[in-house]
Amino acid sequence: MSATEYIVRTKDVVKEFKMGQETLRALNGINVDIRRGEYISIMGPSGSGKSTLFNAIGGLDKPDSGSVFINDVDMAQLDANELAFLRCHTIGYIFQTFNLVTVMTALENVRLPTIFAGMTTDDGTERAIALLDMVGLGQRRHHKPSELSGGQQQRVAIARALANNPSIILADEPTGNLDSKTGTEIIDLLRKLNQEQGVTVISATHDFKMLDVSDRIIWIRDGTVDKIELRSDIDIKVGGMGGEM
Amino acid sequence: MPIEKGRGSHGKAGVGRLPNLPMGVMISITLNGLKTRLSRAMVTAAGILLGIAFLSYVLTEMTLAGHVTEEQRARQWWLVVMALLTTTVGIANAMLMSVTERFREIGTMKCLGALDSMVVKLFIIEAIFIGIVASIGGWLLGWFFAILSRWSQFGWYAAVHPITLQNAVALAGICTGIGALLTLVATIAPAIRAAEMPAAAALRTDV
Repeated sequence: MSATEYIVRTKDVVKEFKMGQETLRALNGINVDIRRGEYISIMGPSGSGKSTLFNAIGGLDKPDSGSVFINDVDMAQLDANELAFLRCHTIGYIFQTFNLVTVMTALENVRLPTIFAGMTTDDGTERAIALLDMVGLGQRRHHKPSELSGGQQQRVAIARALANNPSIILADEPTGNLDSKTGTEIIDLLRKLNQEQGVTVISATHDFKMLDVSDRIIWIRDGTVDKIELRSDIDIKVGGMGGEM
Repeated sequence: MPIEKGRGSHGKAGVGRLPNLPMGVMISITLNGLKTRLSRAMVTAAGILLGIAFLSYVLTEMTLAGHVTEEQRARQWWLVVMALLTTTVGIANAMLMSVTERFREIGTMKCLGALDSMVVKLFIIEAIFIGIVASIGGWLLGWFFAILSRWSQFGWYAAVHPITLQNAVALAGICTGIGALLTLVATIAPAIRAAEMPAAAALRTDV
């Protein structure tokens, strides 16, 4: 497969939600281009459309108009099976609320995507163990999520997201439910994956600690791109920034 | 089984198709899920068991009694139908709660690559399994109670004599069949609803 330059592109994406009588325009014709291997943070205040954009890019929700391209493939052209394939193999998801299956151990959680990909149990288990070791949780692989701290659960979620070797990691507020120190650890882990394995990381976030590790920051306001900044453009003084927006 | 990644032999450039999960894998996922959600599954099963037990009791009574008047028979059928309707509604309620509790889990599964059809199949396998197991329990319970009741009223011979291997097996078959069918019918609508939710909506649910 020839590598395209832009791994994710959105073109004039519009998404509306009906709230009773009113219609809310969450995304207002948004255009975003993300290169392979980049670490992108999508930032914006609550209600700016970050999560809606995240869902559109990740194929979790269909836009009302406009197109989303993953590896130059228009997601609207894909049938349900192909979309599921994309979610299984190309994209790994990380959520604010971790979304681990509570009745399964860490190992089983990480192995789950490999089952959908058709891997044998042995191969899947081997891969899951290797991934859990990589995120530093090899010893806790038989623990259930209720027996793990927030930071540990998020690590399991990251390991799970990597199970099928995706080219994109989509993270929706990955540090939202974590304290400052743990959040920094998670951000460092994501950065390490981005640099060492070339995984494109796209993160929708409130967290200013992300600015430090991002290649580009896309600011969203009212459903469109407000501005795009390069890391080199920003003078980061995290301590003095006054926390969240 | 090799993973088909990015070859796109059937699909668009770079996008392949997911293989269907083998039945063995789906059954093991379902059974594991039931094992860990045992108390919830048992409540659902109890509902089915009691409804089918009543069916079994009435049918056994009819077999043991031999001759009943038209009026008695009509009343018995009426009771059975009402009992089964109540059972079905109860199962539908339990299944709807079970599916609703798992919207978030379903959304997560979809993010990991589960197909909608997979989600429906998993619920259906679970429904059939619970339905069959609970119906067998219901058959036995109703059967024994009818025999006991008859024995206490009319003695051992009257209670046991009319029972043959044939009618016992027929009863088991009817009870299990009806129980599994009702559980299935009660589960289909909630399962389809869960499967059709766009993955994002499933994740947003506050349950």
